[in-house]
Amino acid sequence: MNKPSEVVIVGAGIVGAACAFELAAEGLRVLVIDEGFPSTGATGAAMGHIVVMDDSEAQFAITRYSQILWDDLCDQLPAAVEFDPCGTLWVAADEEEMAEVRRKFDYYRERGVNAEILDSQQVRDAEPRLRAPLTGALRVPGDSVVYPPCATGFLLQKARELGARIIHGRPVAAIGAGTVRLADGTVLAAAFIINAAGQSAPQLSRGISIKPRKGHLVITDRYPNFLRHQVVELGYLKSAHSLTADSVAFNVQPRKTGQILIGSSRQYGAQNSTVDESILARMLQRAFEYMPDLNSLSAIRVWTGFRPATPDKLPLIGPSPEDPSVLVAAGHEGLGITTSLATAKLICAQILGQRPAIPVQPYLPSRQMTAEAHV
Amino acid sequence: MDSVKHLRFDVAVVGAGPAGIAAALAAADSGKTVGLIDDNPAAGGQIWRGAQNVQRHSVSAVWLERLNKSAIQLVRGARVFHAADGELAAESDDSAIQISYGKLILATGARELYLPFPGWTLPNVMGAGGLQALVKSGLDIAGKRIVVAGTGPLLLAVAAYARKCGAKVVGICEQTTRPRMARFGMKMMLVPGKAAEALHFAYELRGIPHWTDCWPVAAFGNRRLESVRISRQGQTSEIECDYLACGFHLIPNVELPRMCGCQLKNGFVDVNEYQQTSVAGTYCAGEPTGIGGLELALVEGEIAGYAATNWEDRAKHLFPKRARYQTVVRILKAAFPLRPELKNLARPDTLVCRCEDVSHERLCEYTSWRAAKLHTRCGMGPCQGRVCAPAAEFLFGWQIDSVRPPLYPVRCSSLAAIPSHSVPRN
Repeated sequence: MNKPSEVVIVGAGIVGAACAFELAAEGLRVLVIDEGFPSTGATGAAMGHIVVMDDSEAQFAITRYSQILWDDLCDQLPAAVEFDPCGTLWVAADEEEMAEVRRKFDYYRERGVNAEILDSQQVRDAEPRLRAPLTGALRVPGDSVVYPPCATGFLLQKARELGARIIHGRPVAAIGAGTVRLADGTVLAAAFIINAAGQSAPQLSRGISIKPRKGHLVITDRYPNFLRHQVVELGYLKSAHSLTADSVAFNVQPRKTGQILIGSSRQYGAQNSTVDESILARMLQRAFEYMPDLNSLSAIRVWTGFRPATPDKLPLIGPSPEDPSVLVAAGHEGLGITTSLATAKLICAQILGQRPAIPVQPYLPSRQMTAEAHV
Repeated sequence: MDSVKHLRFDVAVVGAGPAGIAAALAAADSGKTVGLIDDNPAAGGQIWRGAQNVQRHSVSAVWLERLNKSAIQLVRGARVFHAADGELAAESDDSAIQISYGKLILATGARELYLPFPGWTLPNVMGAGGLQALVKSGLDIAGKRIVVAGTGPLLLAVAAYARKCGAKVVGICEQTTRPRMARFGMKMMLVPGKAAEALHFAYELRGIPHWTDCWPVAAFGNRRLESVRISRQGQTSEIECDYLACGFHLIPNVELPRMCGCQLKNGFVDVNEYQQTSVAGTYCAGEPTGIGGLELALVEGEIAGYAATNWEDRAKHLFPKRARYQTVVRILKAAFPLRPELKNLARPDTLVCRCEDVSHERLCEYTSWRAAKLHTRCGMGPCQGRVCAPAAEFLFGWQIDSVRPPLYPVRCSSLAAIPSHSVPRN
């Protein structure tokens, strides 16, 4: 007979997998349960960037911390994870966006993140496929890219080697008060339960708010050396901030396979995973505006996914407002691949009663209760 | 940026094989505008590929001549990669094409099932239909030694064709059992025209060994095929050859029908007696409704063409003819079920997905197609899983994903030109 688990993690996306690895490494008996197969939810649909972001101090703190953790891990990552330290190029199309380049540069420099400002000519040299002229860009060389399903598989494998058990194809019906009840009636006891169920997390932990934000992605055939960096338009900051309107932004990634991944779109209220032709066309047109040569590349696949988004764009990491025996690790929106590792560290610190490397307050789920009270 | 062409037809027919040609001709009888769309440079489909060069008065020549004389607009070299809201999106070499229609007839045909066994990826190991298509496109096989393996009457047709082209057919390996084969022969004698066809093949293939309970276990060769090891009634032996042509059943091309919203039944498009699918105004004919061969495809096509132009009487008139050929579907199904031994041919290191080099052993740890695909990249290459997904379905019993645009790899510009409607469909 297996000993009862000390920690049951619900959800084997990248966040659940990172938590499993971290907690197993601390010597805890861990069980991961997923309703499907690992990383077939938002993780499987994600672009896979590991990127430092600065929408808020809290977002910067968790993305930066995570990036350092990924860099520490990168030597261990097998080839299938496709870790590529390609860096990010934030491109500015006008003076307003160039001002943002300078602001971002100062912000990163003050916090020890390596970055450099490129002028129009330097942008062309860095990424010859970009249309000319662009005003400039910010290059962040420390950013990287992974293939999320295999990154998740790697974390689960490490957890397994440390004694964790992983069960898949078993939906969870309810969690709380130290027990996990599966849809088939099985009841499991655990000292700690981690709700890492992504967009399904609110069904298991009442009192938290996560809304699916639909996205489309296109992947091309193999075109080695077509692209060097992940490239994102700074107009993205304008469009991605909108909490209601559908938006598209130019965001391309070179994959280790030589393929080009083209994004991105954001839609609230879209429940259906069908490809939406009009937003797909808008997204591609936007990409062609920045990188005209993309239009003749062969597109192999289009897919959609749902980012688990919170109203304040920060993940939920910490005790559930309704049941402190449940720790929520969900709501990572479009940054789950990046922030999975720091999330696991913060969850682990809370379970072990240790002091975390970064303050946990901004991510505590209880903040949503307070925010609601103010509405 | 590519140009975008707009076409509008009363009746649009996708697929210019026998079913599509028959459907288009029947529909054109009404005087309505008919468009026949195909991704090949010429009409004829897989079976009549290169038929322009065959003798006059053959079945194919007669149909192709009728097509040439008709008012049907043949849209060649256009691949339909998306369908939504009553419009098709296609791509040709130089443009994106938007096609709107009153009625739609889907005659998308079938492709071959490839089963992985050690050596199946060696050059000169190919599909039986694939070899035939290559020869029709100019591959010279005169004097070459060919082993034809797999199941069903396609093997006979391919062997006969290869011999006619001067190849030495070393043997035909039929995986089904001898009693099944014998029952098949007797039953087919009762189908009109099939007795003559059987005699014709018997004559054409005289002297060529036709083994039952026989299948390829491995192919060998240094850089290209040199020999094949076969299992024959429990004994293995090795045969030297230049080509191995494998035909393990046909798989209906149901991707476009599915994208149009047509319901399937047991893997085939579900149609009513007028060949109408579950989507009103959308019809389907030929192999996607059941693997039944040329004659059935032709009559189904005609029925669909008449029904789509409100000529129910004419359609009805053809029902008895169709019923006769539908018995072929049942006879084929009963005679050539794939034997379970074929699931065990692949070794751990045998590739299942050749686009992404995914071996059999890597797939074994997964429980679903989607999980296997995400974690191993199986089916993620340019063939979009057309080859490995049906193999995985046979080997592991997995259900294959939903269909999404693009159905074929297309230029990003064509994808951006998909007709989009202001009303969101979510």
